[in-house]
Amino acid sequence: MIGKGVLKPSYTQRPAFFAGILGMMAALAGTFLAMGFVGTKEAIALRLQEDLQRSLAQVLPLERYDNDPSQQPLLLPLDSGVSLTVYRGFAGAAPRGYAFEVQEPGYSGVIRVLLGLTEAGEILGVRVLSHTETPGLGDKIEAAKDDWILGFNGRSLESLPEAQWAVKKDGGQFDQFSGATITPRAVVRAVKRGLLMHRANQGALAAPLKEQPEDTL
Amino acid sequence: MNTALLDKTLWKEGVWDNNVVFSQMLALCPLLAVTGTATNGLGMGLVSLAVFVAANLLVSTLRGVIPAEVRIPAFVLLIATLVTLVDLMMNAWMHELHGVLGLFIPLIVTNCAILGRAEAFAYKNRVLPSLVDGLAMGSGFIVALVTLGAAREVIGSGTLFANASLLLGEGFHFMELTLIPDYDGFLLMILPPGAFLMLGFIVAGKRVLARRRRTRPLVSQPAAC
Repeated sequence: MIGKGVLKPSYTQRPAFFAGILGMMAALAGTFLAMGFVGTKEAIALRLQEDLQRSLAQVLPLERYDNDPSQQPLLLPLDSGVSLTVYRGFAGAAPRGYAFEVQEPGYSGVIRVLLGLTEAGEILGVRVLSHTETPGLGDKIEAAKDDWILGFNGRSLESLPEAQWAVKKDGGQFDQFSGATITPRAVVRAVKRGLLMHRANQGALAAPLKEQPEDTL
Repeated sequence: MNTALLDKTLWKEGVWDNNVVFSQMLALCPLLAVTGTATNGLGMGLVSLAVFVAANLLVSTLRGVIPAEVRIPAFVLLIATLVTLVDLMMNAWMHELHGVLGLFIPLIVTNCAILGRAEAFAYKNRVLPSLVDGLAMGSGFIVALVTLGAAREVIGSGTLFANASLLLGEGFHFMELTLIPDYDGFLLMILPPGAFLMLGFIVAGKRVLARRRRTRPLVSQPAAC
């Protein structure tokens, strides 16, 4: 026992001994971490897949298509060099709806928005996938906390002129929150960007899926 | 066997006299970061409690193996491993809760109160008292997180335990109260400065209470993180 005045062998006072003990503990910890990682990998991948499918089902009503849009996502290149992910719903060979995953900087950090459109570009639904906005103020963009986000439903670039895609403070059509303008402004901008991407990429979006789905991972 | 579990001094120390937050002033970073609502505080508290207990158990079990000279890196290694495993397991099997707390779970490693208990208690005591100490300190931390979260939430948003059902399950809708209907909100309380202010008031209140009861002077270990 340490610290009880028991005479210890001299090797226990050498740095190499301490290093050895720490090294052994690190090896053990590494083993446990590897076991934990392997043991949870499949479950976590499954949960993330379920999350994606649940979000997709909220913005693309299931009855519109018969494929699994989370397979074979389409990557649209953006000017900034990064790609924008689009999940496409097909009924047979006919495109029936697209879900755009758009990112936009908010008040604090990036807001990830999933925007569901019909093949013609009318909004089916919008959901925020993740954000780090101020709790109690900016988080009203979550469907679970406020129905603000439902206000996009049914709109399109045809039904609402481009200049109107802004919060009311900026002369647009959409409410801001009391005490938080930047957050809803970012969401509106994300939705508008998704709509413009849809308009500019009609051909690529409607391109049929591959016959044999490849493993996307 | 039961004596340690029922040891009133350990519990009194952990929850009140030597409370992690209100007396030791430790673990302030997770505390100030997550207590925008009482629900977030409760979730963070529950996960921290699990880590408190597991870290104390491990350290007191291994204390014969860990040389005193390298105990601190050994503790850090143990705690970091535990937290990473908890993070992975919660992501896999408690995915909803992980979604709510996800960002803050890795930060439990930086909760120096856990390292503090490993050093100050578990390294010097047997397994069972260490287990009780972990439970008591963790409970004290939950009390602190929920008190601060509730105070900030009521003043800042006019609600109490909002979204508790997201954390605890559908059966807990009854906990979600709106205390002040049509409240405009008090932004300062939701933002970090509100956490500092409210913590100051609570600590002052506890000291006044302690003085009234003429208990022994509060033990304060000078530390910060």
